[in-house]
Amino acid sequence: MTAARKIILLHGGLLALLFVLQFVLPAYHHGNLARIMVLASYAIGYNILFGYTGLLSLGHALFFAAGMYGMGLSIQHLGASPATAMLAGIVVGALVSVVLGLLALRTVGVAFMIVTLMFAQAGYLTALYFVDWTRGDEGFVIQQAQRILWGIDLSDATNRYFAAYGLFAACLLISLWLVRHPFGKTLIAIRENEERVRMLGYDIWAHKLAAVVISGTISAAAGAAYGLLFGYVGASFAAVPHSILPLLYVLLGGAGTVLGPFIGTLFMFYLIDLSSGITTAHMLIAGVALVLLTLFAPQGLVGELRRRVWRWLP
Amino acid sequence: MILSTRGLTKSFDGLKAVWDVDFDLPQGEVRALIGPNGAGKTTLVSMICGRITPSAGSISFDGRDITTLPAHKRIGLGMAYTFQITSVFPRLDARENVALAARRGRKGDAAVEAALARVGLAGRADQEAGDLSYGHQRLLEIAMGLVQEPRLLILDEPTQGLAEAEIDGFKTLIRELAGDTTILLIEHNMSVVMELAEQVTVLNFGEVLAEGTPAEIHENAAVQAAYLGSG
Repeated sequence: MTAARKIILLHGGLLALLFVLQFVLPAYHHGNLARIMVLASYAIGYNILFGYTGLLSLGHALFFAAGMYGMGLSIQHLGASPATAMLAGIVVGALVSVVLGLLALRTVGVAFMIVTLMFAQAGYLTALYFVDWTRGDEGFVIQQAQRILWGIDLSDATNRYFAAYGLFAACLLISLWLVRHPFGKTLIAIRENEERVRMLGYDIWAHKLAAVVISGTISAAAGAAYGLLFGYVGASFAAVPHSILPLLYVLLGGAGTVLGPFIGTLFMFYLIDLSSGITTAHMLIAGVALVLLTLFAPQGLVGELRRRVWRWLP
Repeated sequence: MILSTRGLTKSFDGLKAVWDVDFDLPQGEVRALIGPNGAGKTTLVSMICGRITPSAGSISFDGRDITTLPAHKRIGLGMAYTFQITSVFPRLDARENVALAARRGRKGDAAVEAALARVGLAGRADQEAGDLSYGHQRLLEIAMGLVQEPRLLILDEPTQGLAEAEIDGFKTLIRELAGDTTILLIEHNMSVVMELAEQVTVLNFGEVLAEGTPAEIHENAAVQAAYLGSG
């Protein structure tokens, strides 16, 4: 079997499995998985910049929140329909990522991390500042009546699952297509040896900017979907911890692997979920698990799988 | 002239690495750039291909002033540069390494295979570049230069670390390219310089010490002193 065929089978298999799970999972896990798929889409966006291009951003909450607020505010204040609002969230996310890319890509390395962190913090403070519009920390609820997309009530568990599934499938396929496309391969080459790519005649800056925009826009789509599907928009999604989450998901699952973001999100979500059933110090258990993984599987779960067994994993 | 520099200078914190170099390279020539370690050879070609910015002076390529042009645009004009310290993509296979070099110029798969075959790596196209021997990585580096079909090919110590047989193969390769492609060769191996170069430029302490045919340079007393010490 050729590598291309195996790749199609594996990723198609995961999508088929997630589709079927909808009919068999108990309600609790069913709801969890919908949430995981949206968060995994966020992680997929993050992975394009961090895992494939090699740029470590500490400010992706800015994109997630840009999508979420772009969507939420246009419903709340402009009375937009869910479809228009989703689109507005994605467009706002794309614009914000262009601007952030233009500014932050003037720096490299640690400075890039700090600059992205600072801009995300500025975004968070902006959400708090315009309290009349955003209701600040408290946030606002998107009512059930405002969440009916083309006659489909997105607050219904089944519909919500399928909407999350649609988003996740789209993000996964975009990511898979991208890394097999020459443009994606150039991004990987930039991660591996930037100077060499430059001396092959590629415009590094333009490639990085495009990577920021693709990554930011996917993250914004996830943010917009999260607000719409779970009915709440709040400033906590723009705060620093929400920038760290996709980094953890991607590190755990395997940076620079297409499936890593999903596996990492799934793992982390259930790790916290299960450990909080055992003790109130659940973050301690999560922390220990993270340390162990870093020690024994530094390339993440899917990264280790690729290193040891499936060399063909994209 | 395909390449000219005028008054090209680079100083690092007051240290003059390259000083007031006027350098002319006619179309189609094979030129060797030699000199003792630290003479400024790599600094000079790094300014030519845009990896570092000059402190003073100008560079023109094919009649066009490229002094302030970013590196990737110079490559786009038809320069190719191979690195002194092997700089392939270790986690990508050999074919993908060459394909990356080929794609920017919209050259197809056939060109990639041809370039690999030309340096004798056709049988290793699917190996990860990091798993290749040092000599093979050097040849891969050369293939990445060849596949771009450059008008000016700059090779920074291409034979370093190659075995005798591989050096012979390299000489044959350069002879085939000569005429169509202008080649600027930084080289320590004197047999390569003597056999391949039409003209030789000698740098010493960042300045041009001598220029001439290999035979003239061989006889030049100042060059001998620079290499052997005048003590």
